Amino acid sequence: MTQISSDDVQRLAQLSSLQLADSEADSLAADIENILGYVQQLAELDTTGVEPTYQVTDLENVWRDDKVIESAVAREQLLALSPESHDNQVKVPKVL
Amino acid sequence: MSHISAIVTDVKSGARTARSYVEEALKKAEETEAYHALLSLTSERALKRADEIDVRVAAGEDMGVLAGVPFVAKDNFLAFGAPTTAASKMLENFDAPLQATAIEKLEAAGAICVGKANLDAFAHGGSTENSAFGPTKNAIDQTKVAGGSSGGSAVVTALDVVPFALGTDTGGSIRQPASFNGVVGIKPTYGTVSRYGVVAMASSTDTIGCFTKDMADAELVMDVMSGRDRNDMTTLPDFFAPMTSVKPAQKIGLIKDFMSDDVDADVRARTNEYVEKLRAAGHTVEEIDMPIAKYALAMYYIIVPAEVSSNLARYDGIRYGHRAEGVRTLAELYGKTRDEGFVTENKRRIMIGSFVLSSGFFDAYYQQAQKARTLLINAYDELFAKYDVLVGPVAPTPAFGIGENAEDPVKMYLADIMTVPPSLAGLPAVSVPAGTNNAGLPIGVQLIGPRKSDANLMALARSMEEK
Repeated sequence: MTQISSDDVQRLAQLSSLQLADSEADSLAADIENILGYVQQLAELDTTGVEPTYQVTDLENVWRDDKVIESAVAREQLLALSPESHDNQVKVPKVL
Repeated sequence: MSHISAIVTDVKSGARTARSYVEEALKKAEETEAYHALLSLTSERALKRADEIDVRVAAGEDMGVLAGVPFVAKDNFLAFGAPTTAASKMLENFDAPLQATAIEKLEAAGAICVGKANLDAFAHGGSTENSAFGPTKNAIDQTKVAGGSSGGSAVVTALDVVPFALGTDTGGSIRQPASFNGVVGIKPTYGTVSRYGVVAMASSTDTIGCFTKDMADAELVMDVMSGRDRNDMTTLPDFFAPMTSVKPAQKIGLIKDFMSDDVDADVRARTNEYVEKLRAAGHTVEEIDMPIAKYALAMYYIIVPAEVSSNLARYDGIRYGHRAEGVRTLAELYGKTRDEGFVTENKRRIMIGSFVLSSGFFDAYYQQAQKARTLLINAYDELFAKYDVLVGPVAPTPAFGIGENAEDPVKMYLADIMTVPPSLAGLPAVSVPAGTNNAGLPIGVQLIGPRKSDANLMALARSMEEK
């Protein structure tokens, strides 16, 4: 069975852009280990030569014309949703 | 409140106004506040729309097949008149700039959204206990869970606040709460109803459906919502047309794997009674084996978290939704925003998704689950070559106590074991009230059909209602 430590959880949290408190990481480690323990029963199934299924619509490549579609939503409305904007742009903290 | 067709007849004939129906729904919503089924009311907009409809009806206009009918939408549908929160802190103050296609279609047919229903945050859960704003209580016993994730929608329907409510069903989120509260719940064939404007959870199994008191009402609602939408490329050309009469002498398979001793005795008893009624109505019911079905939950809890981790990556505090204060770098902004905006179950699923998709584990988990999904679909195909419909319980138990499963995620997930298999295969499935246990808690039976057989399932269930 896959063992999941608090460190593993913190690594997963980092991959998931989640900043976790240590106390939460501890309890999540146990939960995630239990869930992974449960799903490991799939290893019992013989899937040799079986193709995976990623979608169930039977649809293939639904094409549309390569044209700009007028949006019902105005740029100002979308900008108004952002926590901070400036000069018609979304404002974020510096990256580097 | 009356059935949908009676309301529409009243409103169109002028016997009652749309406003009076909206006012009745809003009053009932206030009277039933203790259940915490609703997160917001859209009173102002609803009354305005009702008045408009009344004026136009008086002027002789045909206001549509749902003229004046009030309804509630799960709060993961983008709608005007109140914030769309997905029951999360992340979207607590999110005012949708557009409405979901499903809501637009219902409004075009004359229906009126009066409120937004509680859910497990981002629809992650089976009890509505994961709402960031507190759980919804079961309509029959307030010490029990509402089921989930569309718990609020099921409860407002059961309490008769509105004649129908919208939900989403990714692995049972309509069918299970319908069963727990004694109402009809419809999960259509994958692709029947546009998901545009609905908060995405797991894109390969997310579907939109409804709660009603009976099948005739559900047929009306699904007929309005179904059909292709250029804004959701997974929608199918409209195939849904309610059937006037039920196909006689259907061949039905009872899924034996979900009738074992670990399933609640009352649940098995009500299911067996329903089977006897099907036989009495001239249908053939045979027990069938579906050994792969017990693996479906394991597939689901790999595939769905993988898709969740990807769909919830968009909540980063940049363009909309919650943004954490007091951060200095971009990484900190993402991390703290997402820590504050998500509930524990959201984080659990996102991290499991990151795990099963990460290099070194991808083949053993994600790829194996998608191959197993093919085996599950093959098993259904073989069964549907012989049977028109499959029948079984909706959930292994009636509604459990609030807090009872909260500490054990795997135990909570097991409540989905019977609803998840059709979801992975994209099949239609309906939850039908089938009586109660000794304590009066409702029990539902599930009917499952091949893809696009929604109308047959609903006609069959409708024909059994009076029996």
